[in-house]
Amino acid sequence: MIYREAGQFKSSYAGDQAIFPVVQDRVFVTAAVAAAVVVPPLLASEYWLQAVLIPFLVYALAALGLNLLTGYAGQLSLGTGGFMAVGAYSAFKLATAFPRLNIIVVFLLAGVAAAAVGILFGLPSLRIKGFYLAVATLAAQFFLIWLFNKVAWFTNYASSGTITAPDRTLFGALITGPNSTPSARYLTALGLVAVFALAAKNLVRGRIGRSWMAIRDRDIAAEIIGVRPLRTKLLAFAISSYYCGVAGAGLVFLYLGSAETLAFDIGISFLVLFMVIIGGLGSILGSFLGAAFIVLVPIVLSNTPHAIGLRMPVALQKQFELMVFGGLIILFLIVEPHGLARLWQITKEKLRLWPFPH
Amino acid sequence: MLDALHAVLVAPFRDMAGSPAFLVEVLIGGLFAGLMYSLVALGFVLIFKASGVFNFAQGVMVLFAALTLVGLLERGAPVLLALGLTTAVMVALAFAIERLVLRPLVNQEHIILFMATIGLNFFLEGFGEMLWGANVKKLDIGIPDRSFIVRGVQINELELTAAVTAAVLVAVLALFFQRTRIGRALRAVADDHEAALSLGIPLKTIWVVVWSVAGVVAIVAGLMWGAKSGVQFSLSLIALKALPVLILGGFESVPGAIVGGLIIGIGEKLGEVYWGPLVGGAIENWFAYVLALAFLLVRPQGLFGERIIERV
Repeated sequence: MIYREAGQFKSSYAGDQAIFPVVQDRVFVTAAVAAAVVVPPLLASEYWLQAVLIPFLVYALAALGLNLLTGYAGQLSLGTGGFMAVGAYSAFKLATAFPRLNIIVVFLLAGVAAAAVGILFGLPSLRIKGFYLAVATLAAQFFLIWLFNKVAWFTNYASSGTITAPDRTLFGALITGPNSTPSARYLTALGLVAVFALAAKNLVRGRIGRSWMAIRDRDIAAEIIGVRPLRTKLLAFAISSYYCGVAGAGLVFLYLGSAETLAFDIGISFLVLFMVIIGGLGSILGSFLGAAFIVLVPIVLSNTPHAIGLRMPVALQKQFELMVFGGLIILFLIVEPHGLARLWQITKEKLRLWPFPH
Repeated sequence: MLDALHAVLVAPFRDMAGSPAFLVEVLIGGLFAGLMYSLVALGFVLIFKASGVFNFAQGVMVLFAALTLVGLLERGAPVLLALGLTTAVMVALAFAIERLVLRPLVNQEHIILFMATIGLNFFLEGFGEMLWGANVKKLDIGIPDRSFIVRGVQINELELTAAVTAAVLVAVLALFFQRTRIGRALRAVADDHEAALSLGIPLKTIWVVVWSVAGVVAIVAGLMWGAKSGVQFSLSLIALKALPVLILGGFESVPGAIVGGLIIGIGEKLGEVYWGPLVGGAIENWFAYVLALAFLLVRPQGLFGERIIERV
C-alpha cells in the first residue's frame, strides 16, 4: 500500500531514465536531503555534529569510493587508508602553499592527486586478482604511510609531524580550521557528499558502471565483448581513489582538524571495508547505511554500560567493546550477507503489499 | 644522478663483498626471521587450502595461544600440562568457530568469509585480553636467549631452536597431508568441496581438524615469537608480516609458505641493512610487500600457487 508503484506510467524516455523512477523514492530522498540540510544545524548539539554526523558523512564518502572499486568493479582493495592519506596531505600542502585558493578547489585537486596515486597502485590489478590483489594493495597502504612519516616536506617541516587544517572561508563563512563552527563544517561535508553520491549514482548506471560490473562478473567474457580491462580497471582505481582522497581531505579539514599518519593506518582501511560489506556491496545506499552502522555501533557500545548503570573499569570496557563489535559483525554477516541495503530492499517489497498479504 | 645510481646499484654490493662474514650474519638473521614468518604463514595456508577461507584471525590466534600458555604457566602449571591444556583450548576454539561462524556461512562468497574472520579477529583480541590481561608478559620455556660463534658468525640459540622446530613441524605436516587418511581427505576437500562431499567426506569434521591444526601451528608460532620478544598485543600484528610471505609463496602451498618466508626474511634483512639507510630507514613495514609485489608481476599466482586456468 505505502510503497506501491501501480499506476505510475512512464511516457517519455527521460521519465524512464530518471534516477528515481518511483514517486515514493523521489519524495523520500528529497525529504531526507532537505531534513539533513535543515534539522541538524538547528537541533543537533555540538557533540552530535562533531562525534556522529560529520564522521558519518566523511566515512560515507570513503565507503562510496571503495564501493565503486570493490562492489562495482570487483577489485578488492585494502589500501583505502593510504589513498585517504594522499588526499589529506595534498590538501594540506595545497591549502598552505596557495592560501587564496578556494577550499573546495583544494579538495577537488587533492582528489586528483589521490587518483594519480591510485592509478599507480592499481597497475598490478591487471595481472593479479582476488586476495593476491588485496594483499598487494596493502603495499600501497604501508608504503604511503611510511612516505608521509618520513618526508618532512609533506607536513611543512612541522616538528610534531601533524598537519593542521588552516582557517578557510566559503561564501564568507568560516568552514575549516579550529575557529569554524561544527554546523558550517557539517553543511560543507553534506554538500560534498550529496554531489559525490549523485555523481556515483549516475556513474554506475551509465556506460562506465556497466563496464565495471562486466569486469566484476566475468572479466574474460567482458574482454571478449569489447570491454577493455586495462582502461576499465584503472578508471575504477582512479575514481575510487578520487573519492577516498576527497574523504581523506574531509577527515582532516572537516572532522579532526589536525591529524598525523596514525589517523590513516591499516585500521581505517578495514573499517571502510566493513562499511562497504555490511552496507552492501554494489549499492550506493549501502555505503551510507554501512557508514552509519560502523560509526554508531562503537558510540552505542561505549555509552550503553553507563546508561544502564553498569560500572566497569576502562580497560575491561574497551575489551568488551572489541568483543561485541567483532561478534556483531559476524552476526550481521550471517543474518544478511548481502548487507543492510538488501534488508532495505526486502522491507520495500514487504511495504508494497502491506497490510494485505496478496 | 650518477651518485644516486652508484649508491643504489654499486655501493651495497661492494659493502657485501667487503665483509663476507657480516653478510653471512645478515643472511642467517634473515633466514631465521623468515622461518618465523613461515610459521605464521603456515597457519594461513592450512586453512585456505582446506576451506578456501582467508583467515585473517591467524595472527590473533597466535596471540591467543601465547596468552593462554603464559597465563597457565603463571598459575603454576608445569610446561607439558600447560602445552596440553593450550592445545585443548585451541581445539575447542576450532569447534566453536566451525559451529558458530563457518557453518552458517557455508557457500558464501570468499570476501564475506574473509570479513567474518576479521570480526573474529576483533572478538578474540578482546576476549584474550579480558581473560589474561593486556600487559606484556615474559614467556620462559627454558631455551636460553644467548648466542655462540661458529667461524666468526654469531648464531642465536633461541633462533636455532625455532628453526629446528619449524623444520620438524613442516615435516610432520607434510607427512600428515600425504600419508594419513585424514590428510588425503583434506586434500580432496581442498580440490573440490562438492566432489569431496559426494564421496562421503564429512566437511564439518575436516574443517574442525584443519582449524585445530592451524591452532597448533599458532601455539608453536606463539611459543617462538613469545620467547623472542615477549607476549604482548603487537604479536597479533605479525599476521601482517605473514601476508607478503603468503602471496609470494602462493596461498595453497605449504612449501610455498616456507620458501616464501625465507625469501622475504632474507630480502627484508638485506634491504634493511644495505639499502635502508639510503631512504632513511624503517622500511621493514612495506619492503616485504613491494618485494612480493615484484614477484607477483612475474608470477601472478605466487611461486608455488596452483596455475590459474581461466574459462569464460
